[in-house]
Amino acid sequence: MSEKNQSSGVIGWIDERLPILSFIRDHLTHYYAPKNFNFWYFFGSLAFLILFLQIFTGIFLAMHYKPDAKLAFDSVEFIMRDVNLGWLIRYMHSTGASAFFIVVYLHMFRALMYGSFKKPRELIWLFGVFIYLALMAEAFMGYLLPWGQMSYWGAQVIINLFTTIPFIGPELGVWIRGDYAISDPTLTRFFALHIVAVPMVILLLVILHLSALHTVGSNNPDGVEIKNTKDENGVPLDGIPFHPYYTVKDFVGMGVFLFLFALTVFYVPEMGGYFLEHANFIPANPLVTPEHIAPVWYFTPFYSILRAIPDPAFGALAMALSILILFFLPWIDKNPIKSIRYRSTLFKINLFVFVIGFLILGYLGVKAPTPLYNALALRFSEMYFIFFALLYFYSTARNSTFSYLFSGIILFFIIAYDILRINSDNYLTLLIGLSSVCLFVLFMTLSPLYTTLNREKEVPERVTG
Amino acid sequence: MSSDNPDNSRRKFLTGSLTFVGGTGAAATLWPFLSSMAPSNKAKAAGAPVKVDISGLKEGEKIDLIWRKKPIWVVKRSQDMLESIDTNDTKHKDPLSENPEQQPDFAKNKYRSLKPEILVLEGVCTHLGCNPAYKPDTTDTSLGKDFKGGFFCACHGSKFDFAGKVSNGSPAGANLKVPPYRFEDENTIIVGELPANKLEEIG
Repeated sequence: MSEKNQSSGVIGWIDERLPILSFIRDHLTHYYAPKNFNFWYFFGSLAFLILFLQIFTGIFLAMHYKPDAKLAFDSVEFIMRDVNLGWLIRYMHSTGASAFFIVVYLHMFRALMYGSFKKPRELIWLFGVFIYLALMAEAFMGYLLPWGQMSYWGAQVIINLFTTIPFIGPELGVWIRGDYAISDPTLTRFFALHIVAVPMVILLLVILHLSALHTVGSNNPDGVEIKNTKDENGVPLDGIPFHPYYTVKDFVGMGVFLFLFALTVFYVPEMGGYFLEHANFIPANPLVTPEHIAPVWYFTPFYSILRAIPDPAFGALAMALSILILFFLPWIDKNPIKSIRYRSTLFKINLFVFVIGFLILGYLGVKAPTPLYNALALRFSEMYFIFFALLYFYSTARNSTFSYLFSGIILFFIIAYDILRINSDNYLTLLIGLSSVCLFVLFMTLSPLYTTLNREKEVPERVTG
Repeated sequence: MSSDNPDNSRRKFLTGSLTFVGGTGAAATLWPFLSSMAPSNKAKAAGAPVKVDISGLKEGEKIDLIWRKKPIWVVKRSQDMLESIDTNDTKHKDPLSENPEQQPDFAKNKYRSLKPEILVLEGVCTHLGCNPAYKPDTTDTSLGKDFKGGFFCACHGSKFDFAGKVSNGSPAGANLKVPPYRFEDENTIIVGELPANKLEEIG
């Protein structure tokens, strides 16, 4: 408080009326972050950089783009060919969308690894998942705007997900589209939401995410609360001021990121059809679905879960659950040890298998559905949910009754589902897939009883290096 | 009445009722905005029946037209295609076309049509609305030995036979929809109107 009165002159005059200096002090120069941040702590600030980049490039695209079903496709081509350096601005925006998701997925993986969603950081995680949801909506609406084939049919599929909701579904679909099929009103409302409404929601959520973060302080790779050991001035012994230490570190991360970003923008802006799909260079045609449609890569893991279940309503429900379950993570994994460094081998296996499964689901989602791929998608969808069940299971030491009961319940659901659909054609793939998943579940739930694989390590008092 | 002795229950009541009245007003104010997003009168009006001439349609051919912004297929089925259609088996989710949402009453028959050889369908997958591809070859087994041609939705892998019936194991839950249509004469179909009488239904 005493520092506040020391500033004089113009800055002092302003600070008495608007607390700029105190804000800088509280959130930068005297905000203490753990000294042991590693590589995984770049992605928060990178996400912030990309958010700024998307808003900035978006403003300039909106100056040339025409939100009209008759003009939209041509206006994007106009930006690409005739607007001075318009191609650059558009490729920055489209690459930025994919970069945003890469960074956000890595940021979320960091939270899973180091338990950053756990008490007292539940709200940070919740706001983060809300940001992720808003980001998906933002990306989805933005993808309709070029009015290409993939824009049109992607939107057709996603909006029809809402029509699978019982009773109100069909009406809801018409209301979202503003017409009986996707057409001009859909495009204009998506434009309005994409450039005004959702960005404002994202900005608000980012403010909440950061406010919550600065209230409780950052987690770190050791999962140790640095606020537990302070010096006589109340400064955490393992903390260093965010500015200049982490601002400088983040600038290095931004430099590396922008290098890779520029490489992509200049040399592979379409990323072989993954960032901008080939079919989107054909104008939308309501009569012809492209031979193979897939969402942009960042949606494909969930898309695989959707089509793994051969029923519209249950498929959509499984997909919705796969995203909604993220909100409950802080209450699923209640293990007091935060960091992966001190957790058991089984936890590491679980996380590793989850990441691999998520990537495979993503791969399957960009591929055309074949019987083999469908079988794989179902198994990895099951594994997706089993990951969360196991996180709950490892929250505390379990006795043998609980372990057997728990694995029994999971096996019951998986086997019951397969019994319902087994027939003479699919029994071989079905049995192979079923036995693999069952063995995994049995190993993960029962080995703690007979091996030391679930042994956890002692968490130190202070951060380690 | 002195100010340091406020009537708390009266104050609570006033605050509560004001919150209620104000909240209702605020919620009602949302209505114009939500309502503005529903289809406009112009969009509602664009639903007139469309006429199609099928005199040039050859066996096995399919033509596409648009009715109410939805793709409509007209297919002239060959004898092979008609023979591949079966109803009393376990291959289909709705072998007897019993879901009344998916066809007018006149099409609740084996071929799901007015005339056996002429098939009229909405080309919208009943899963998530893609446009299934036409697979006219009854001998092509690349999509599984049970699939004897028909329609295949590449989006999520739903299979439909030459009557638009969805096969078991498909993500789609219902048969492809038959729109209301009638024959104006031998070679003219009107999509969007039902047959005027029983005689016309038999064709």
